[in-house]
Amino acid sequence: MHRRLPILAAAALTAAALTACTAGKEGAPALGAQPRPSGSASATLPATTLELWHGFSAPAEVKAFEDAVAGFRQKFPQITVKLVKGVQDDQITQAVRGGKAPDVASSFTTDNVAQWCRSGTFQDLTPVIRQDGIDLSVLPEASRAYTEFEGRRCVMPLLADAYGLYYNKALMKGNAPPKTLSELTELAKKLTVRDADGTIKVAGFIPSFQYYENVASHVAPMVDAKWYNPDGTSAIGSDPAWKRLLRWQKELVDWYGYDKLDRFRKSLGQEWSADHPFYKGKVAMVLDGEWRNAMIASEAGNLDYGTAPLPVADDRPDLYGSGFTAGTVIGVPKGAKNPQAAWELVKYLTTDTSALVTLSNALRNVPTTKASLESPDLKKDDNFQTFIDVFAHPKTSTVPSSVNSVFNQEAMQEFLARWEMGSIEDLDTGLAEVDKRINDKLKLSGG
Amino acid sequence: MSGVTHAAPPRWRRGEGRKALLWMSPWLVGFAVFFAYPLAATVYFSFHRYDLFTLEFIGLDNYRYFLHDDRAWVSIKNTLWLVVFMVPAQVLFGLAVAQLLTRLKAGSGFFRTVFYLPSLVPLVAGTVSFVFLMNPSGPLNQIIELFGITAPDWFGDKDWAKPGLTLLAMWGIGNTMMIFLAALLDVPKHLYEAAAIDGAGGWRQFRSITLPMISPVLMFSTVTGVIYALQYFTQAMIASRVAAGVTDSPGSSFVPGYPELSTLTLPQWLFHAGFRDFSMGYACVLALLLFAASVIFTLVLIRRFRTFADGQGGNP
Repeated sequence: MHRRLPILAAAALTAAALTACTAGKEGAPALGAQPRPSGSASATLPATTLELWHGFSAPAEVKAFEDAVAGFRQKFPQITVKLVKGVQDDQITQAVRGGKAPDVASSFTTDNVAQWCRSGTFQDLTPVIRQDGIDLSVLPEASRAYTEFEGRRCVMPLLADAYGLYYNKALMKGNAPPKTLSELTELAKKLTVRDADGTIKVAGFIPSFQYYENVASHVAPMVDAKWYNPDGTSAIGSDPAWKRLLRWQKELVDWYGYDKLDRFRKSLGQEWSADHPFYKGKVAMVLDGEWRNAMIASEAGNLDYGTAPLPVADDRPDLYGSGFTAGTVIGVPKGAKNPQAAWELVKYLTTDTSALVTLSNALRNVPTTKASLESPDLKKDDNFQTFIDVFAHPKTSTVPSSVNSVFNQEAMQEFLARWEMGSIEDLDTGLAEVDKRINDKLKLSGG
Repeated sequence: MSGVTHAAPPRWRRGEGRKALLWMSPWLVGFAVFFAYPLAATVYFSFHRYDLFTLEFIGLDNYRYFLHDDRAWVSIKNTLWLVVFMVPAQVLFGLAVAQLLTRLKAGSGFFRTVFYLPSLVPLVAGTVSFVFLMNPSGPLNQIIELFGITAPDWFGDKDWAKPGLTLLAMWGIGNTMMIFLAALLDVPKHLYEAAAIDGAGGWRQFRSITLPMISPVLMFSTVTGVIYALQYFTQAMIASRVAAGVTDSPGSSFVPGYPELSTLTLPQWLFHAGFRDFSMGYACVLALLLFAASVIFTLVLIRRFRTFADGQGGNP
């Protein structure tokens, strides 16, 4: 019997070690668990140091964050805020798991929000939002949607991105930007210049879903295509809007000729460089985010261009003016050492008009609250205004939160690549397969 | 023999055993911490739904999902392709270059340096450069087209992406080549002289002297090459990202394996499942598969090489 003892002990130790490593350590009381300080007056919070992790890394971006936090320091002089730049999502997840969570963390994307909310990586802000009487209706519905999951609002929107159409005025030859998909097709064909052998020299519009920002999530709002059913299962195969979008797109791809379009696309180089084809007059119209305005200003200051909302399905004129939005989110991770002070910082950065306007003016992203959008201090011209309007449009949408957000978007994106090259024989069957992949994965993830 | 046994007294044996354990303890600790525990954890998590925070026992669901996961099977096929084609290409090219270098009368040092240098280039930088060099209008294709041959779209065509990665691997054979070179220079010259006197030609000398003499090195290169191919990740990931021209802006997504999943390897899919999709339990199933494949390939290769060396009269 005594020979078995070491084995049993080792087995017990291993089991204990295995189960122990699955949960992040609780470092501090959860947000909202403690009685609320009387108001948010600076004197009610003890002196402390907060650590804020963010993904910005360029010097101008880091300075913008410092400037925005300066207002918080004035309001809460006893709280020191230490900013840590260039942090990615996986670092946040690992830090929380390891019990070394920062007090506040922000992410560039919204893809992990559902997982973070469900697993409790970020604390539910609902109790303190209610305590402090914050009116979330000042946020567009899309921003509210991408910051919560299953009733848990675990992050707040910090800055947003909105997507629209950029057009090169010289290449447009006096044509107005298209408002419908058929107008886009017509104009794209009209503005395309080819060499004698059919090689594309200048494209009116590149319809490939593999081109820069033309990904599924960004183009779906053009036809109001739905990602999910109310029960969280995939709606891609059953929503006719996707089919309409795909058939429109394939017709234009075929007009260019897939091979010729693909060769042209691959000759265009990198999206994040001063050689962007839109700057160089190789593409007349492109789908892009509001941040491109700032890039054009610094990389192609002489470019004569305009912006407009994305064209929409011909039979859905009500969609015109809307588009895709997502953006930076910020919250209080589980295990934050100073959750109440951390919440004050999150609240300040996401609801204080001055902070949001400061950040927006520096980063040229869209501020999220109604007051900041209407602030006279917000720097804007006609080109930036387009995106502010898109963001504020009631039909502007996002990819709803899902625990498999990344997987689902990739499943669709992979299908789209095969679709445009003509590898899909039957669209219905192909989309049904996408549904199946997404739904199978949903089951595995505990739906 | 008298049949008298000299067995040590039990107490002495126990003392020796303790000493042996003491001396072995660094290894035992390392083995327990870096092998036994991770392996046990992987098996344990493979029966759970585990999103890095919460754990729920789901029995064989992760294994069942694997059976119907098309992408996992595609990634396995791609990984096997690399084992079957990339590893031999790498080993043979490394051996050929080393063999040529042994014959050089002049400039050997220069060429050794030239062939070794690429292996010093960081993987990411080397891969990015390679993809640019081989892009449809890049310099390599321009050279190929000078000969009237239509050059392929190396990393944009599903039929050429894996051969493209193989060329990249061959470009970086510096380490393998140096090991082969050392082994080749170690083969006693008199064996070749004797064989030549007996009338053996170049091929016969290579087959009957060189190969058996370097077979331990050949086995080492092949086994490490196979394990490396089974763990192939960085180059495939970077090449597909660069070739696809993907972005990281909000709402964007990157599909690993571009084009058309042709460069999706098992480690990439495993990484994706665990760290992008938060399905760590499923990733553990894939990790166990990878581990099993590594063990099987290694055992088979060692067995084959032993048979080969024995048959050739070598001394592996």
